[in-house]
Amino acid sequence: MSAQAAEEPHPPRTPHAKAAGAPPGRAARSLAGALPRALAARASGTATSTRPTPSAEPRTPRQAKGPRILNVPTGPLLVGLLAVLAGTMIVAISIGSVTIPVVDVWRIVWHHLTGAGATADPALDQIVWNFRTPRVVLAALVGAGLAVSGVVLQAVVANPLADPYVLGVSSGASLGAVMVITMAGGALGGLGVSAAAFAGAMVAVALVFVLGLTRGRLGPTRLVLSGVAVGYLFLAGTSYLQLQATPTELRSVMFWMLGSVAGAKWDQLGLVSTVVVTSTVFLALFGRQLNALLAGDESATALGVDVHRLRGALLVLSSLLTGTVIAVAGCIGFVGLMIPHLVRLAVGADHRRLLPLAAVIGAIYLVVVDLLSRTVNRPNELPLGILTALFGAPFFLWLLRRNKTLDAS
Amino acid sequence: MKLTVDGLHVTLDHQPILRNVSLDAAQGDIVGLIGPNGSGKSTLLRAVYRSLRPSQGLVRVAGDDVWKLPARTAARRTAAVLQDSNSNAVGLCVQEIVALGRTPHHGLLGRDGAEDHRVVAEAMDACGARPLAERNFASLSGGERQRVLLARALAQKPKLLVLDELTNHLDIRARFELLDLIRGTGTTTLAVLHDLDLAARLCDHLVVLSEGVVAAAGKVLDVLTPDVLREVFGVRAVAERHADGVIRITYGADPLALHDTTTDPAVTAEPSDRTPPAPVAPARPAPLTPTEHEAQTAVPG
Repeated sequence: MSAQAAEEPHPPRTPHAKAAGAPPGRAARSLAGALPRALAARASGTATSTRPTPSAEPRTPRQAKGPRILNVPTGPLLVGLLAVLAGTMIVAISIGSVTIPVVDVWRIVWHHLTGAGATADPALDQIVWNFRTPRVVLAALVGAGLAVSGVVLQAVVANPLADPYVLGVSSGASLGAVMVITMAGGALGGLGVSAAAFAGAMVAVALVFVLGLTRGRLGPTRLVLSGVAVGYLFLAGTSYLQLQATPTELRSVMFWMLGSVAGAKWDQLGLVSTVVVTSTVFLALFGRQLNALLAGDESATALGVDVHRLRGALLVLSSLLTGTVIAVAGCIGFVGLMIPHLVRLAVGADHRRLLPLAAVIGAIYLVVVDLLSRTVNRPNELPLGILTALFGAPFFLWLLRRNKTLDAS
Repeated sequence: MKLTVDGLHVTLDHQPILRNVSLDAAQGDIVGLIGPNGSGKSTLLRAVYRSLRPSQGLVRVAGDDVWKLPARTAARRTAAVLQDSNSNAVGLCVQEIVALGRTPHHGLLGRDGAEDHRVVAEAMDACGARPLAERNFASLSGGERQRVLLARALAQKPKLLVLDELTNHLDIRARFELLDLIRGTGTTTLAVLHDLDLAARLCDHLVVLSEGVVAAAGKVLDVLTPDVLREVFGVRAVAERHADGVIRITYGADPLALHDTTTDPAVTAEPSDRTPPAPVAPARPAPLTPTEHEAQTAVPG
């Protein structure tokens, strides 16, 4: 009896293992084997007094697989994805109302970057360098910024449904933009709308911060709920202004709210790229601390992390990032929610790996979506928000269905 | 290393939670912190792992006041396993969870080196977590999770372990496995425990908290007197060292009948010596034979 029982695999000892989908028959069988084993061990005097070596327990093969889809090291993966991004951008520049061969695109871009090589046809040069390149670069920057901001906010407010707009940034920016479009008649131009959107975003975030404070600390749940409340408050103002707007104004309001990178100009890219690149690098430096935050606030404190200062710093930084991106590109939804989850599924939740990879994949994604937005309905352009939602919503629903633990406890 | 808590007062929202709490743990000691719910056990731990600043008093680990040390320096001395890490939403694999223990050993620009990998591997080995290394933390059973979190604490290379209800919600075998692991670390330990039997088995000394003050402290049998069990825990019970050397708690037939001395004299009477021959324990039930057992378990599956 005892020799036979000792060869039985160790059973899943908690309901947890069973809930993960073990066939009931197998669970019952291994349970039936385990208790006799323990009893036999007790009878022969080798019971729990000796070190039980839990490590020696074999697992069922079903659970042996690691959680990662991609086990490639971060460095090579990042380099590979950057190459993909460069290729995607070149292709995106070449396609449009006039399709330009990729080789010519490359020649023109190379000429402008290095001053070397022959100048091409000035009309093509104009299209490639002054219209499409800034637009594609802006799409990449916006995609990267939204993905990074989403990753950080999901960790900081400890909520998988968080996105870059969870603290009311989008509602504040919308109100600011709509105020300029409807009340100033758009006379202040593109910069006016951007500046107003940024200002509105910062006002909303500041309000959420004040409401989210208790005992001098920012609580995740309180922040999220304050964000929702402030969002509705600002939405009331936006809706009222929209009712007063003329049809032309309303059209530009709609276009702004759904997001677009069509208005990209070289002179705004300097500021945007500085903000996106520096905040991404800075946030990636906090990767280890962000990981600790996943363990819970108290445990992170015991790991030597000043949780409340960290949360404050990360929220300020990610709000600045989101505010800048939204000011130049409007409220592009789903990128900041979907890309973080997608990348986390693929490469794991270690933020030192997740943040740079999410930035590059977010950039690739938005370059592709922008390309689609100006090609699927030629010669008209679709706002980016329509396409990101079209791809994003089904993905999000799939994610919700996949996540069994969401309502578990 | 020595842990000293001296004259600690902690106030939360103007309510005093701890009043004048003092305790000592010598190198390698396992000190159990017991007391009813709301007696301030977790609050005391928070003051020790530097999460809740005391209004008065000192917490010294290895000679220094932890509240005067930088957070990271303090976290290299004190590691904690707490209830809040036991969530499904983490998304990290076991190896990454254990590697979190290296957090206080690095600044913003620090990268994991060979030393970190070695320490993480050792910590996983010590807790039997190595075969789980690639598993997602959320897929683990309760006992496996606690072993992994203990490995994370060991990867901090602490001089003091702080454990909050490590064995809660675990099956009985997983509890005893954890006790062995804790004892095996050889690290000075301050552990909050609800199960008095486990506390008696694990700890060298016990400290009883009651409404924010120390009600009793000392060796296990000196602390778990019928008076303390009645006054602090509100149950009628007696703790005795049995013939096999293990201290067990025996609860009265009606443990809530505090002042009824007639029903169960063995429990109310102070035992005359500390090694009685298990007076109230019923005869040990005969072990199930395998056939009986299999007949029982075959039904529900």
